[in-house]
Amino acid sequence: MQGRIWQGSSKQICVPGLNCYSCPGALGACPIGSLQSFMSGAVLRFPFYVLGLLILFGLILGRLICGWLCPFGLIQELLYKIPTPKFSKNAFTLKLTYLKYIIGVLFVLIIPLAFFAWNGVGIPAFCKYICPAGTLEAAIPLIALNPSLRSGLGIIFGWKFLLMLFTILISIFVYRPFCRFLCPLGAWYGLYNKLAIFGIQVDKAKCIGCDACVRNCKMDCQKVADRECINCGECIKACPTKAISFKQIK
Amino acid sequence: MKKFLWLIAIFLLAFGLYKQDYLSVLQKAAVICLECVGIG
Repeated sequence: MQGRIWQGSSKQICVPGLNCYSCPGALGACPIGSLQSFMSGAVLRFPFYVLGLLILFGLILGRLICGWLCPFGLIQELLYKIPTPKFSKNAFTLKLTYLKYIIGVLFVLIIPLAFFAWNGVGIPAFCKYICPAGTLEAAIPLIALNPSLRSGLGIIFGWKFLLMLFTILISIFVYRPFCRFLCPLGAWYGLYNKLAIFGIQVDKAKCIGCDACVRNCKMDCQKVADRECINCGECIKACPTKAISFKQIK
Repeated sequence: MKKFLWLIAIFLLAFGLYKQDYLSVLQKAAVICLECVGIG
């Protein structure tokens, strides 16, 4: 660890999860960061490659990526294991799940394009103003190890640092708050949950409609494998008739 | 719908590879992203 990042050719490839490419340990590129880079700067380009990958990841894995592959999801999962009183899902948290769609459209699409239209230079608004994964995985290790970066810290870093602290603290009491309420990547992959090759399925012949799956789900799922399902598999354990299983490739 | 999305994904990916978009991804990802750090 020398305050530098990996610069090898593996960074041509976007990884499926939210993994800041400025993290000193990152070997691949973040799909949201890459998407934003195409819409920032002085030249606007259509992100053919990144968008193709994002659709492909969704069609293959859906939100299985959130449940099993995302490093920031893992951090939240571990924080939630700290033994404290927990806030469970309710009607308010269900409404709050729509916030990630608003953040996605606003910060990944509209604000970068609005800045481009306004002064000819787009900004990666989600990375710049929101992403706590970037602050935790990239900013903190780089600033700690690279003194030359410290002189540039200002109000934006302060805001991002507070947002990251808030996300970490809330994650101790609320299950995966960033994934549920803020992450535009989770919002995107959620759209593919029903279509994805891998994921969770219900055998309707065995289902008795007891709702044990939904009651035991810590995400804001209304039914198995809906847009909020991260395919964690907790419902498989909870089902008394073994009607729920991971999809098998035939 | 599913087949259509597969076709769109493959087309976008193939066209992106043809245009060498991956080099732009590498160019961005191989230097410290100041926006991600909170400086830029």
